[in-house]
Amino acid sequence: MATTTIAQILSCFFLLNIVLQLATTSFAFQSDELLVDDDEFGLEGGRLPDPPPETRPATSTRRRSAESGSDLDSKIQFQLEHAFGDSDFSPAGTFTARLKKWPNGGQTLTKLRFSRNALSQTDKENFKRLIEGDDFYQIRLPSNLLNQLGREHVISSVKARCLSQRDALDEHFVINMDGVNVLGVNYGPPGSCQYPRVSRPPTKWSFNSHTLLKYSNEVLRTPVFTEAVLGENGEGEELKPPERSFWAKYWMYLIPLGLIVMNAMTQAMNLPEEQGTGQPGSQGPQAISGRGQAPAVAVGIGLMDQRISAIEEEMHYQVSPNFLFSSSFRNIDQSKLF
Amino acid sequence: MNMAIRVYLLLFIVLSYSYTAFSLYEDQVGLMDWHQQYIGKVKHAVFHTHKAARKRVVVSTEENVVSSLDLRHGEIFWRHVLAPSDVIDQIDIALGKYVITLSSGGSILRAWNLPDGQMVWESTLLGPKASKPLLLVPANFKIDRENVMFVYGSGFIHAISSIDGEVIWKKELASEGINIQQLIYSDGSDTISAVGFVGTHRFGAYILDVKSGERLKYMSMEFTGGFSGDLSLVTDDTAVAIDSIGTSLVTIQFHDGLISFHQTPLSHLIQDFRRAAVISPSNIPGAFILDTDNSVTLIKVISRGELKVVEELGHATAVSDALFLPGGQQAFALVQHRDGKILLTVKLDSDDGTSNLLEETIHLDNQRGKVQKVFINTYVRVDRSNGFRVLIVMEDDSLFLLQQGEIVWSREDGLASIVDVKPVELPVEKDGVSVAKVENNLFEWLKGHLLKLKGTLMIATPDDVAAIQKMRLQSSGKSKMTRDRNGFRKLLIVLTRAGKLFALHTGDGRIVWSRLLRTLRKSETCQSPRGISLHQWQDPHHHALDQNPFVLIVGRCGDSLDSAGLLSIVDAYTGEERNHMEPVHSIVHIIPLSFTDSLEQRLHLLLDANRRAHLYPRTAEALDIFRRESGNIYWYSAETEEGTLRGHSVYKNCVLEEADNFCFDSRDLWSIVFPSESEKIAATATRSLNEVVHTQAKVTADQEVMYKYVSKNLLFLATVAPKAVGPIGSVTPDESSLIAYLIDTVTGRILHRVTHHGSVGPVHAICGIINYCDIQENKDVLKLVLGTHNLTSPITAYSRPEVSTKSQSYFFAHSLKTMAVTLTAKGITSKQVLLGTIGDQVLALDKRFLDPRRTVNPTQVEKEEGIIPLTDSLPIIPQSYVTHALKVEGLRGIVTVPAKLESTTLVFAYGTDLFFTRLAPSRTYDSLTEDFSYALLLITIGSLVVAIFVTWVWSEKKELQEKWR
Repeated sequence: MATTTIAQILSCFFLLNIVLQLATTSFAFQSDELLVDDDEFGLEGGRLPDPPPETRPATSTRRRSAESGSDLDSKIQFQLEHAFGDSDFSPAGTFTARLKKWPNGGQTLTKLRFSRNALSQTDKENFKRLIEGDDFYQIRLPSNLLNQLGREHVISSVKARCLSQRDALDEHFVINMDGVNVLGVNYGPPGSCQYPRVSRPPTKWSFNSHTLLKYSNEVLRTPVFTEAVLGENGEGEELKPPERSFWAKYWMYLIPLGLIVMNAMTQAMNLPEEQGTGQPGSQGPQAISGRGQAPAVAVGIGLMDQRISAIEEEMHYQVSPNFLFSSSFRNIDQSKLF
Repeated sequence: MNMAIRVYLLLFIVLSYSYTAFSLYEDQVGLMDWHQQYIGKVKHAVFHTHKAARKRVVVSTEENVVSSLDLRHGEIFWRHVLAPSDVIDQIDIALGKYVITLSSGGSILRAWNLPDGQMVWESTLLGPKASKPLLLVPANFKIDRENVMFVYGSGFIHAISSIDGEVIWKKELASEGINIQQLIYSDGSDTISAVGFVGTHRFGAYILDVKSGERLKYMSMEFTGGFSGDLSLVTDDTAVAIDSIGTSLVTIQFHDGLISFHQTPLSHLIQDFRRAAVISPSNIPGAFILDTDNSVTLIKVISRGELKVVEELGHATAVSDALFLPGGQQAFALVQHRDGKILLTVKLDSDDGTSNLLEETIHLDNQRGKVQKVFINTYVRVDRSNGFRVLIVMEDDSLFLLQQGEIVWSREDGLASIVDVKPVELPVEKDGVSVAKVENNLFEWLKGHLLKLKGTLMIATPDDVAAIQKMRLQSSGKSKMTRDRNGFRKLLIVLTRAGKLFALHTGDGRIVWSRLLRTLRKSETCQSPRGISLHQWQDPHHHALDQNPFVLIVGRCGDSLDSAGLLSIVDAYTGEERNHMEPVHSIVHIIPLSFTDSLEQRLHLLLDANRRAHLYPRTAEALDIFRRESGNIYWYSAETEEGTLRGHSVYKNCVLEEADNFCFDSRDLWSIVFPSESEKIAATATRSLNEVVHTQAKVTADQEVMYKYVSKNLLFLATVAPKAVGPIGSVTPDESSLIAYLIDTVTGRILHRVTHHGSVGPVHAICGIINYCDIQENKDVLKLVLGTHNLTSPITAYSRPEVSTKSQSYFFAHSLKTMAVTLTAKGITSKQVLLGTIGDQVLALDKRFLDPRRTVNPTQVEKEEGIIPLTDSLPIIPQSYVTHALKVEGLRGIVTVPAKLESTTLVFAYGTDLFFTRLAPSRTYDSLTEDFSYALLLITIGSLVVAIFVTWVWSEKKELQEKWR
């Protein structure tokens, strides 16, 4: 019986051990994955980032299967333009989206799609030149989608080398919108830009584009009604003032008490040395008033009053700063403590 | 044994003495703070010296102050600072007991009681259109036994009772499109006339019945030559003006309903007249003063509009109004500059020419500039003759009273209009230079401590108390001119609107040196120079310690951004102007770079209106440093008008006619366009460059790490609905909103955007902490909302950070004028937000109140971390007013400077007044208080040691006795 249980326990333990080991190995594996984050911190030698899953947008790209729009008039199209270094802007691609009207009059974009034009030979040359010169690749979008000629463009730029960190070119747009207005566009590689700097032209001249539309959020004030809070506590507060801790209330009594106890203890420690053969049975009031205060500790508070009288008698020949404290202690503590 | 107890006791005593106070005690006021009151540049002055009472002068100033000054000492009897929109136009004294002020373009008339400055009455005079405000207080004119004054403003003339400000009659005068320039009333007459121009070519005059305001006559006449400038009244029926081309004087006579013009070419009157002349606005009956570019001429009008030059006054710079002397004569004062001295002449003007009554030279220090204004007053001398005193206003806005060839008193009122402040360290104490004079006398030192001890034990007599207070005030050399260990003593370099630089000592606020900058004075090339800002140019603290620190003063010729810039470099210890460049390219923005050259001169990038960047100092070394780092220099510009925010970087050298290696073109890297129909930029804020952050990360109660700043390049920007840009109350909360952005200034990324509905401007922002007005819908009360954003996770410039923000808004019961945050040397001490309230006080608010993680019911862990339960509004604790009982009138800015002592920060608040104090947001945990009694400590220790020995001897004795028993 006993052996089986021991065997069972042993096997259980073994199993647990395996499970634990497995768990730790799988944990180690997970921590390896977290290196993506390290890249975001800009650590040196971090491996090339995979595009983080959360940045792969739902409203994304490259799906050419154009859904036949139910109401065509709400479809909207706008152009992406790009520039190499200080060259002029030229068309680089087209965004298409659906304009959704809300009952309250607001308009938002949904179903954003992006198709990039193929890069021409001169574009490729320019791009190579940018990478060599470590210069900026610039893009721009119209700032108002309904009136695209009217106002200026929002610009964004990125060092060209950041886009060509892998074989093909990776780009990521975050378009900050307010209704039909483009406030700004965040343009860059999907992950971070590699450091130390590597400048090499891409082998495949095609863009992997990711786009994300961003609308702002509104502040929702956490309503704290001061009146209500006061109403709940107000009456209560009037009745009982906030309770202070015991220490806060009685520290001025406790400190002298502590002093006296300490005093008594030191005396008590001295006593056995001097009175090694003292008889505890013969303790009377006289004995206490004599010299030994050892029982004061043992008897505790109950005897304290007597002890104080003893100290007062001692005062004749022992000037102690405890005197003041001990007398005050007696006046008040009798009511509080006993 | 007992030793332990005694040590414990001793510690207890020491601890009880080192207890530091939460707020100030009454007798600590003035120990580490100082407060100075100013009034600003004087515009008008009216003397009140008739009665036997205290002699005083009532002034109104450009800082919108109306004040009564003691004529003997220049002290302020009383003072009122009116709102900046309520500009004082005219002042006068009525009935000998009321000071009358006309303000807000002639629409508000107030009477203040002369002795104590209480407001007696106020009248609002509204009218259809703006016009030149005029105030006329006749000496003794009565309607129905009430003294009456006349006010012209907003197109209406009003007759107003002096007693209670009631309007007796009013009449519109603007119907003919006349621009009234003068009101004329001669004593005893039944009519009052108002004269002015209709358009540029017509002169018009109204004659009104003085009792009822009935319009008796209106006459007007066209003058073909046209008029320019103002009309100057010479006598009750004669006025002078300059014609439209500025070559001749026109004398206008209007008498008995007839108007006649008489034209006199200026070249007939003045030799070698070249350029435009101006009639100076002095009020001398029968004559006027013509100011041409090379001389000042007193011209008299003789009969039939003929003009006669009475006297060439030379290069006078200021002329006073005329003063009537008892004998029916009149006098006026004239101030000239001669050999660095001031020559004051009082001239007696009689029918047969002028004669000098008084001629005095006064020596003023040469940092005062030229005399701007003179006000004259007379008194009766001991020998019954007429004496004169004059009040002069100098170019640096200071005010002087001169009498008997001496300066009776002076006021540095330029300090009322501070533009910018920069703190500078004092020199290090060198051997042999004034070493601690305070501690040199041991006896004095002991006596002082004994006195303090007496004070502590409350056995000091009143005399002793006074002595202690005096000792405290001048204690510990707080006004020494050397650096102290705690870093409390510093120089505050202050630039005023008049272009004067002052160095104030933080110990007692005295002026160490002052200098009227040559660069910021009017010159041929620069007509209206204006100081903009101060920058630390050279702040040696490592390898160039023998160098003095220098500050860079940046100015502009004129108000527009594209006007030429002015630069000047000034030694912060002596005030010497080392270098000045003028006028240079326009200066729109100044970027102090974080690089210094081998002399510890800081590199500055100055951006001009053509988007070029200019590098200073212009040395090869600086250029070298800049070239190396230029790839990492980015800046942004916010264009409020267009509603765009742009990011720039350095591109390449400018292409100009003459090659300039220090000039760089910039290029746009990114831009953000705010929708013009719904957003308008209201405020921007970045973290301050000199802020030191001790702990970058903070571990919260739930084991998460929060980072103090995600990136150094974070910009907070707030936009409000275009309608809500105006003053508070111009929009209803429904139609306004405020949008807060967090933007990375290198890449132009919008990290966070959040909308607050129902909020309006004005927005004050300090980094991380935003603040804006909010109108609550149902209560209709103006309140302020404050919130902070904390961001987690750091970023590299090109990664896309997932920013998590927390925000919280609170109501605050005061409107704010300005905000600042306390800075400490190492950034360990917790921070306080300094709020300049609408009541011109500075309130210190613990930053914990603005923690966005406050919740209604914080958990136990959060409570341990020090999170306060969420409340709707921010508490205003009366003890936390930094300015205690004082007011910093017209508060405009708060500057905080870290002291060397980590717990302490220095606060300088400026407006019309100046206030300086030391603050310890977490109390002075790293030092004993200044009035800590070392003597008491020593005596306690000494007596305890003695007591220990005595008791020891006693106990030995006793033990011996016991043993013998």
